[in-house]
Amino acid sequence: MEMGPKISRRRAIAGAAASMVLAPALRLFAAAPVKIGVLLPLSGALAREGQSCKRGADVSPELLAGLGMPVELMFGDTETNIDTARTRAEKLIADGAQALVGAFDSAHTMAVAQVCEQRGVPLIINIAAAPNITEQGFKTVFRNFATAGRLTTDGLSLIKDLFKATGLGVQKAAFLHNNDTFGQAMAGAIGKLAPTLDLPFQIAETIAYDGAARDYAVEVGRAKASGADLVMMVSHGEDAIKLIREMVKQRFEPKAIISPGSPGMYEAQFYKTLGKFGDYTVTNLPWINPKSAMSQKLLSVFTKKFPDALFEMNIGFTFEAILIAADAAKRTGGSASKAILEALPSTNIAEHVMIGGPIAFDPKGQNNNIHSASVQNRNSKPVVVFPADNAEMAPILPAPGWQAR
Amino acid sequence: MIADQIVTGLLTGLIYGLMALGLSVIFGVMRIVNFAHGEMAVVAMYGAWAAFRYLGLDPLLSLLPIAAIMFGAGYALQRGLVQPFVSRPDYMQFILLISLALILTNGALLVFGPEARGIGVDYSFDSYEIGPLLIDKVRLLAAVAAVALTALLLAFFRFTLTGKAIRAAADNRIGAQVIGLDVKKLYAVTFGIGTACLGAAGTLMSLLVDVMPRVGPELTLLSFVIVIVGGLGSMAGALAGGVLIGVAEALAGTLLQPSLKSMFSYGLLVLILLLRPQGLLGERN
Repeated sequence: MEMGPKISRRRAIAGAAASMVLAPALRLFAAAPVKIGVLLPLSGALAREGQSCKRGADVSPELLAGLGMPVELMFGDTETNIDTARTRAEKLIADGAQALVGAFDSAHTMAVAQVCEQRGVPLIINIAAAPNITEQGFKTVFRNFATAGRLTTDGLSLIKDLFKATGLGVQKAAFLHNNDTFGQAMAGAIGKLAPTLDLPFQIAETIAYDGAARDYAVEVGRAKASGADLVMMVSHGEDAIKLIREMVKQRFEPKAIISPGSPGMYEAQFYKTLGKFGDYTVTNLPWINPKSAMSQKLLSVFTKKFPDALFEMNIGFTFEAILIAADAAKRTGGSASKAILEALPSTNIAEHVMIGGPIAFDPKGQNNNIHSASVQNRNSKPVVVFPADNAEMAPILPAPGWQAR
Repeated sequence: MIADQIVTGLLTGLIYGLMALGLSVIFGVMRIVNFAHGEMAVVAMYGAWAAFRYLGLDPLLSLLPIAAIMFGAGYALQRGLVQPFVSRPDYMQFILLISLALILTNGALLVFGPEARGIGVDYSFDSYEIGPLLIDKVRLLAAVAAVALTALLLAFFRFTLTGKAIRAAADNRIGAQVIGLDVKKLYAVTFGIGTACLGAAGTLMSLLVDVMPRVGPELTLLSFVIVIVGGLGSMAGALAGGVLIGVAEALAGTLLQPSLKSMFSYGLLVLILLLRPQGLLGERN
């Protein structure tokens, strides 16, 4: 009988010791998480929105690890400042980030995109609507958010569809908009699109207001005097609260208050301050799909980690941006920027969080499968009410009067 | 609608006037421009918010205690920090008070965070219907309180010994010292009174405006516009300036475009500086 080569006791001990040392290291290498730099306005004027996005990032590692996509997050605060956004992007890349996610604001995102393009590091945009970001020919930029034009078109079309579904008849609208960059862009787009969409009402009065004004007595007085039975509002935060408060005080009771795609009316502060008066307002915008299995998982992890925070759009889009980077890294089997960059154009994620089709990018790096929904405030919570396929509740329009609540 | 807006502007202007009064009193007596004016008002607003949140006190009830606390704080601040700068060059006073403003704003950010905090009293959303007019209940109550406090302050300066002594020190500092008045103490009382005005105005403002740290610089700027229009150092001018700015903004918003409200008040400021630099009720030096 032939014997195999003899293994001495000393060799066996050395082999065992080596395997004890190397095995965890090899396991660690095999499961090396992709390093993702998350750039958000965590302080400054957009701090509230940035912090909300961060909550979406904070819950991502746990959920993605369960899906076999480990990630390691590195945060950078843009301080709501373009120059800081640029320098933080540089720093995150220098610190080893293999992909960047961010940056909530269009101007900041554009600055970060330029850095990523120079350094060959992929940027996955969580939220930023300026169309020109994906029109610059960048090879490293991928946007999983609707463009401003698409947001406005969807926002206005949904008003029409919602009125048709509820049988609500409206003659005149007052359009109140913040006169900041976002508000002006939305107002410009609505001014161009409204005549082409055959809306069942006319915009009787357009009122631009200063977002930093202490109160909006004059603005609401003008809207009321216009005889409008619909208020379209493009707000940005506290202004939405002040406007609704003033409507109650001035006993101005339009049949519907609808935002064709702006923040303000689905935020925790709005519910907390206005209580029952914040109910029945509608915002048309991309939203978390309440019927998707992944969004339910995300909600479960989120509620555990942030029991008092609101589960809303910023969280969903930030999570999805990290999911996209992790998915690309998983498909390449590595986590180098170049490999992720090569994998991103062929992204096709059918099971995800936001309402719409599979996450996929066109040659410009834009995901065109994101759809808006009508989200109505009910019992101080945002609830999807339209389209019916995604709805959690049926819409209630016209809204009950202030004193009837 | 125009009548509604004029009444709204008038009521809001009276509260603005009370706030600007504090700035005018301090400058009128001590010749110090308080660049931390709005930030101090924000401290009072947070005080009113905390009293409402934790003690359930309506701001109309916490008004006097907060004004009293602010008086004490102002008195101590003047004795401990501002007094050594009274006779120093203007730029040193400016830097001191701007530093104080920055400390207060960033301190508020650290303690309360950037979120807006509002006070929701039972009558927050109520309004009175008087004929064709619709008057906001909160604004009306706050304006009545502002007028009452202003009248009280004017009576203090006119009829009390301390008030008369402060006016004497304002008119002629050396002369006041010669006749044996404790000018340092009078200055501290004046700073305390100015800060108490802010305390009262901030508490009333908290019924109308949500409090957050970044409101401070806006209120400082607004107070400056009001006192320059009304006349720096003139108490009646501060009230008149407040009403004028309040009504002008309301009318500009109604007749032109609401986003032009602020532009209109700054336009008024430029006009006053060109035509009557001492302000509407100010005295030419």
